[in-house]
Amino acid sequence: MKIENQVTLEFPSRSANEGFARTAAACFAAQLDPTLEEINDIKTAISEAVTNAIVHAYPDTLGRIVLKLRLKEGRLLEISVKDWGVGIADVAQARTPLFTTGSEDRSGMGFTIMESFMDTVKVRSVPGRGTTVTMVRKIACRADP
Amino acid sequence: MPVTCKEDKRCLTALVTGELDHHGARAVMEELDRRIDQAQPRELTLDLSGLTFTDSSGIAVLLRARRRMGQVRGSMRVVRTPDQAGRVFRAAGLERLIRFE
Repeated sequence: MKIENQVTLEFPSRSANEGFARTAAACFAAQLDPTLEEINDIKTAISEAVTNAIVHAYPDTLGRIVLKLRLKEGRLLEISVKDWGVGIADVAQARTPLFTTGSEDRSGMGFTIMESFMDTVKVRSVPGRGTTVTMVRKIACRADP
Repeated sequence: MPVTCKEDKRCLTALVTGELDHHGARAVMEELDRRIDQAQPRELTLDLSGLTFTDSSGIAVLLRARRRMGQVRGSMRVVRTPDQAGRVFRAAGLERLIRFE
């Protein structure tokens, strides 16, 4: 599918970058003239994916996170969050609501939120090699007033 | 601190402002814990009117506050929830556990 525009951002796994990542994605998505609700859904899903990389992929170290934002033909916004961290041994289990290997400040609802707010969520992970989460959301075409 | 608390006759009201994500959630939780421990309130009201963004970190904050209020035998309600936060909490089914008004 034709890529109409794209941006790649790389940042270290510092939690201060959660806010940066979702704001950058909101700015990129703005070219599709999304509704406030669509923008908020995208920001929320990215916040979850980036937080997972920060908390789970690199539990004791700082590592690289690459956020790719792509605008594809048909008003599809594709977002991928890639890390080179510890990986996920059992992806199906990780996607189960309330499952978390984190401390009690994590709710275990990250993937559930991503799945609720995006049209598709794909997770590719190799233990010891890293994880890539790819999410797609179609931005509705708003009729002219 | 993005939490401002008011206490009146063992009713604690906490106003949460700004963006709530993993980066800031621990500070909010710790402040709520501290105020609940100090006040031992009968009721905690979480006013979310100033919350401009939350992700699932907000779910963990609400669940922890609810658990702490259970430990001091008090109740908890959440008021003035913005649309974005409401969508996150509904996606998690939180309305089955927490009183939203």
